[in-house]
This record gives sequence, structure tokens and C-alpha cells, in this order.
Amino acid sequence: MPKTPLTIFQTQEGLIKKDFSAVEIVDCYLESIKKKNQRLNIFLTVSEEVAYRQAKKVDEAIAELGSGALEKYPLLGCAVSHKDLFLTKGIRTTAGSKVLENYVPAYSSTVVSRIEQAGGITIGKTNCDAWAHGASGENSDYGPTKNPWNENYVPGGSSSGSAASVAANLTLFATGTDTGGSVRQPASFCGVFGLKPTYGAVPRYGVVAMASSLDSMGHFARTTDDIRRIFDVTKAEDSKDSTVRNGPYQATASRLKIGLPKEYFVKGVSRQVEEAVKNAARLFERQGMEIVEMSLPHTKYAISVYYIVQPAEVCSNLGRYDAVRYGNARDTFGAEAKRRIMLGTYVLSSGYYDAYYLKAMKVRSKIIEDFDKAWEKVDAIIAPVSPTPPFKLGEKSSDPLKMYLADIFTVAGNLAGIPGISVPSGFDKEGLPLGFQLLGPRFSENVLFSLTDLYEKVSGYQPKVAGNA
Amino acid sequence: MAMGKLSKSDVEHVASLAKLKLSPEEILKFQKQLSKVVSYVGELSQIDTLNVEPTSQTTGLTNVVRNDELKADGLSQEEALSGTEKTHNGYFVVPQVFDKEGS
Repeated sequence: MPKTPLTIFQTQEGLIKKDFSAVEIVDCYLESIKKKNQRLNIFLTVSEEVAYRQAKKVDEAIAELGSGALEKYPLLGCAVSHKDLFLTKGIRTTAGSKVLENYVPAYSSTVVSRIEQAGGITIGKTNCDAWAHGASGENSDYGPTKNPWNENYVPGGSSSGSAASVAANLTLFATGTDTGGSVRQPASFCGVFGLKPTYGAVPRYGVVAMASSLDSMGHFARTTDDIRRIFDVTKAEDSKDSTVRNGPYQATASRLKIGLPKEYFVKGVSRQVEEAVKNAARLFERQGMEIVEMSLPHTKYAISVYYIVQPAEVCSNLGRYDAVRYGNARDTFGAEAKRRIMLGTYVLSSGYYDAYYLKAMKVRSKIIEDFDKAWEKVDAIIAPVSPTPPFKLGEKSSDPLKMYLADIFTVAGNLAGIPGISVPSGFDKEGLPLGFQLLGPRFSENVLFSLTDLYEKVSGYQPKVAGNA
Repeated sequence: MAMGKLSKSDVEHVASLAKLKLSPEEILKFQKQLSKVVSYVGELSQIDTLNVEPTSQTTGLTNVVRNDELKADGLSQEEALSGTEKTHNGYFVVPQVFDKEGS
């Protein structure tokens, strides 16, 4: 088999027609990983044994049930790489940190179990900013992931390896977490689709917690169809996460209104990024959608709210690492984790709680109110994902505040708990990916999918693989 | 202490609350970096939030409970202890909290 298929449909069609077996697909991915991983540093652990065991089960299911296997296993034969924040029973899970260097979980996260039960094949665990703290991948305690389109550039973060593994065709799809943009931004920097679901749509159980009121379990793939199929498997109530609910999901309409918020097109946004978003908006307009200029007045405060609420929750969640039940001692935390623990502890400490944390929770309400008002006028919002295309390794890593500002267009979505999808829309002059994001009201995933599906069809989108693998 | 600027002793105090041991170089570095971030986020004081309710979560759910029944899919004792080598008679060994003299 010369090439692995690029979509779920192609993979399953090939398997059912016996063009190739699931074991051969695994052979193919593992060979590519062997060739590329040393340079790109995408995988922290390759789960060869598990992958072959699952692939054999897939081949047996097809031998027994034929195409009927697809009804029973919606992700039959689909290779997945998991961000190393997702607990995988029997497979080391580090969260990108030396604290968990030797941690082998005794159970799997709900997302991992659901994908496995749906016939998915676990290829390995991907590199990320330690504890998901970062926007470039450079905060990993295991060295930075490189952007497969150009190794001198960052792949975005914190789900760096997951986005890069899809871009470099080392897997069919990948999981990620989005607390402040950690799925949407690396998806955009790597030229793949990335979904941040509504907060509470997908269970967080068994995923290393970063900021519990913001964490959203998402994924990366190459088409809307794949994104939707994976979401159908990962979403829905789970008795182990009491914040999950089953919608109600919005139905999509034919003539939608899309908002263009003026606060997302300000000084500091690169011209190429702005053009990419506006071109997409024009495409939707030509398809009969109404583009509405609008305002989300508290957008500029989203970063400040986020960098109070998030570290406060981080310091609480990372308080559990005491080296008693598992993991290494607290002196193995890297610099960024220490910084956020300190920041969070400070804003929660006596005398500062009201001025910082309580104030931030109130401004969070104002940000949510902005969006609620917007949904009275529009069905979705189109915006840049990041102010710039991918930046160079080392360009921002010495200045934490500068790095934090890279999240400026993604964090508001997390504060409001709304879904967002990052869509690849071409390349800049340097050959690096460009994209845009669509945001919608809570549980409007179907509306967003209908828009990105339309975008794919009208723009003639074809999935592309970095490095021509 | 003025808002938005951390002194060296603030940093030391916060580190002790967070149970982090920092080197003198780290203390200096964090003092500078955290001051910068804290003074940036201080911009929120400009916003009028009188009569605004704080948001701590976005689901709208409250008091989600299930029946208090034993579930079969929990961890066995062996699995629960599998993350550490520091065990004793089926228990975790923890660092000593009280000293022998008692005080």
C-alpha cells in the first residue's frame, strides 16, 4: 500500500473493499513516524503493540461482518493519535511534563474509550506544551514540536503534536484539548480542521485538567465530514463528568447570517490573516449568506480575564501533584507551569481575590453577554484564529506576556463556553498555512458544520499533506 | 504594596503557599515576569461591573447527582496503587506531617 487514505470515508471504503487491511494501515503510519518523528518531535510515545492488536480486531470484524461492521463501529480502522493529556490505560501519559515522566494510567479517559469502542486504532501519544500551557509547543518538557510545513516555525499549541501528526499524515485524526485556543490555533498553524466543541458537550473525564471551567475536548481532522463523525462518537453524557449535557443541538437553516466582529480586525492583525478571513466571508456572501458587521465590545478584555481565571484554576488543579500516588515531586514542574501556579495562587490569595479573581469572573459575564446579544442578530461569527501566521521557533518564548497575547482571538470562546471550528484556507507567501474560525452559540455545532461543509465544496478544498508524505 | 507590582517577599510568600521551592534566580525572574502580567490584567479595574453577577461556569447545570450505588468499573486496590513504588501493606506511604515530639 503506497499511501494512507486521507479521510474516514476513504479509509473505510478501502478496508471494506479489501484494497488494504487495518494492519497494513498501521504498518504505513508507523513507517512514516519512524522516518519523520526524530526531526519533527511529534510523538512522545508510539503505541505499536496496542495499534496492531486493535488493527487485528478491525480486520477480524470486517472478515466476520463485512460492511455491517461500519454500523457497529463508526470509526472502524481509523488511526488516532491522542494528545498526551488524555489518559490511556497501559500507555504512558506525560501531559508533556517531567512530573508525569513515568506515569502509566490504570484507566482511560472517556474520549479514548469511546474512540476505541468505535473501532479506532491508537497510534500513539503526541507532544504538547506541558500541562497544555502554551501557544507554540515550546513549553513541552520534551522539546518543541516542529511545524511539518516548515521546521523553523512553531506548529502552534498547546495541542502541537496532535495538529502536526494530522498535517504530516502520521495518523488519520487526533484528539486535543482547547482551554484558550489549544485546538483551533495549532489546527490553523498546521493547515487542518480543528473543533473546539461547546463546553460540556464532550466529557473531560480522564483528561489531565488544566482549567476546569474552560477545558473543552476537541479533535483534528482533514474534512468537516470527519470532524462531524468523530464528534458523534466523543459527545454525549457520561456518568463520570457531571458538566456534560446532550445539547439540545441547534438545527441548521438555509440562509444564515454571519457576523464580522470589528474587534477582531484591529492593529496587530497581519494583512494576510485578515485577507484570509475576509475572502472566506465573501465566499459565504456569494452563497447567499448575509454578512453583518457587528461589535463584541469586551473582546479586548478577554485576555486579562483569561489570564486570571485560567491560572487560578491551574494552580488548583496542579495542587494534586504531590508525588504520593503517582508522578515526580513538585520541583520537576517546568518554568511555565511554575509561573502559572504562582500567578493563580497570587490572584486567589488573601487581599487580592476581589480585585483580580472576582473582578475577572464579573467581566467574564460581560463577555458572555456580548455573545448572547450577538446571537440575537447573527447565527455565527467569522474571525481570525491568531493575529499572525505561524511564527518562528524562539520568536516569543522569552517573553511570557507576548506569548499570552497570541491567544487573543481564541480565549473569548472558552470564557463563553461556545463552540468554534478552525478551517484551513490556503497558504501565505512563505508557504505556511492560513485559516479562519467560525464561532456559534452553545450547541450550534451542526450550524458550524454546515458552513464549513459549504466552504469546502465551494472553495474546491482538497486535504493536503505537509512534506508531501 | 501597590497593585500590579510584586515584591521579592510577595513572590516568596506565593511560592510557599503553592509548595514550590524556587531558586534565587527564579524568584528574581518571576518577580519581573509576574509583575508584568499582573499589571496588564489590572486593566479590568476600568470596567464597571456594578450589579454584574460573576460567572464561574457556563453549563447552567446545578447539583448533578446520581444514585448512591456501587459501580463495578472502579479501580482495584492494586490498580490504584500502581502509580507508585512507595506502598506499605496496601497503603500509600506519605511524607511525615507531624514530628515525633509533638508540638
